[in-house]
Amino acid sequence: MLDSPLKLHPSVALRPEPFGALAYHYDNRRLIFLKHPTIVDVVKDLAQHPDLRSTLSAHGIDEQQWDNYDKAICSLIESDVVVAR
Amino acid sequence: MTALTERMKDGLDAPICITWELTYSCNLSCVHCLSSSGRRDPKELTTEEAFRVVDELRDMQVFYVNIGGGEPMIRRDFFEIVEYATSSGVGVKFSTNGTYIDAATAQRLAAMEYLDIQISLDGADAATNDAIRGEGSYDTAMTAMRHLKDAGFGEFKISVVITRHNIAQLDEFKAIADEFGAQLRITRLRPSGRAVDTWEELHPTLDQQRTLHQWLLGHGENVLTGDSFFHLNALGESLPGLNLCGAGRVVCLIDPIGDVYACPFVIHDEFLAGNVRDDGGFAAVWRTSDCFTELRGPQSAGACASCGSWDACQGGCMAAKFFTGLPLDGPDPECVGGDGEYALASAGAIPRPSGDHSKPVAVQLGRRSNV
Ligand code: SF4
Ligand code: SF4
Repeated sequence: MLDSPLKLHPSVALRPEPFGALAYHYDNRRLIFLKHPTIVDVVKDLAQHPDLRSTLSAHGIDEQQWDNYDKAICSLIESDVVVAR
Repeated sequence: MTALTERMKDGLDAPICITWELTYSCNLSCVHCLSSSGRRDPKELTTEEAFRVVDELRDMQVFYVNIGGGEPMIRRDFFEIVEYATSSGVGVKFSTNGTYIDAATAQRLAAMEYLDIQISLDGADAATNDAIRGEGSYDTAMTAMRHLKDAGFGEFKISVVITRHNIAQLDEFKAIADEFGAQLRITRLRPSGRAVDTWEELHPTLDQQRTLHQWLLGHGENVLTGDSFFHLNALGESLPGLNLCGAGRVVCLIDPIGDVYACPFVIHDEFLAGNVRDDGGFAAVWRTSDCFTELRGPQSAGACASCGSWDACQGGCMAAKFFTGLPLDGPDPECVGGDGEYALASAGAIPRPSGDHSKPVAVQLGRRSNV
């Protein structure tokens, strides 16, 4: 996914929580937990950058962790929270 | 216990699962009604006040609200409130006995967005259902469901409270749901409201609970449970869901007069956190009330501490313990290890729910004793 242009699904709302955020998908009425504050920042910012890679680097995330972020974003794509643009 | 569930115990900035009962008025008098509903309370929120509640929920980013009662559709401003909520981005799922869903209303409902409906049904046949919900209520619910199907509403929910008498009908309930293109939701009977007097004869036996656990594992996420059976996790394999008592942490109730309780099943002064009419409104009650702060503090496992299943079961449901006179830091009255039954034998006095809005006729002992 690192090279894909992505964005937050337009029907998803994020609510900040102590553990990260709660995402609510208005179309399928599902609640999804984003379990880390940084992943929340990344997700919110996806549309501002050419692809996931550049979003991660803009957020100063250590390259060694990109794999983990890639996985986390993949699971968010599966639940339709994040989509291609 | 995952790290996330641990964090949930400290409470969230806003509830995830909020029940809002719009009125205590109801045309039925089910023997297990969790809110002892029947008659309207003169202090119920006005339309304007209800709108202000919606505004607060919207500002707190509460994404949806479970509307109930009583029978919420009895309120003349029911559609006004629901439309105000959904157009504010607060989705609505409402529970109804179906009485007021005729063909025209079904079409109106089907045309609305962010709206979900839950029809209550407590037996897969008229005899079983009507013993709990009253004469004719099975036909009423079935008629409403047919109207929803005909109107093309889509996947509504059929909500069943599991009792000793309907637990053998799980497959039949599933078949009814499939027939209507609906989703089955089954929840646990708690000894709350009028069920404080009927729970003992209605709650499932230990053997039935084992069967239920297996059945639920077999159906996975296709059958909704509102995470209400997590005490069964002590039988071994865990059911899907959050698996903790969310009272005051992720769950709460706003009752028809604006009182905020820790959960819909604990309408008692002990769990009353404040009122939406107070200064600071609902947000202040949720975030700063003493009652909720205490529920979010560390809880002792009490007599469950030595049980190997504590991690999976968390001691069960607070409401079930409270209204059977058991200590809150001990086993659930339906503890699958049998510890609850043992504890019940020496339980203290049973607290009465605060406020009873039952219609005078509802307290017919004759009807209760033959359920
Ligand atoms: S008291 Fe019982 S019904 Fe209420 S949130 Fe806790 S477990 Fe659920
Ligand atoms: S003793 Fe407590 S923790 Fe153990 S199974 Fe019973 S209720 Fe659950």
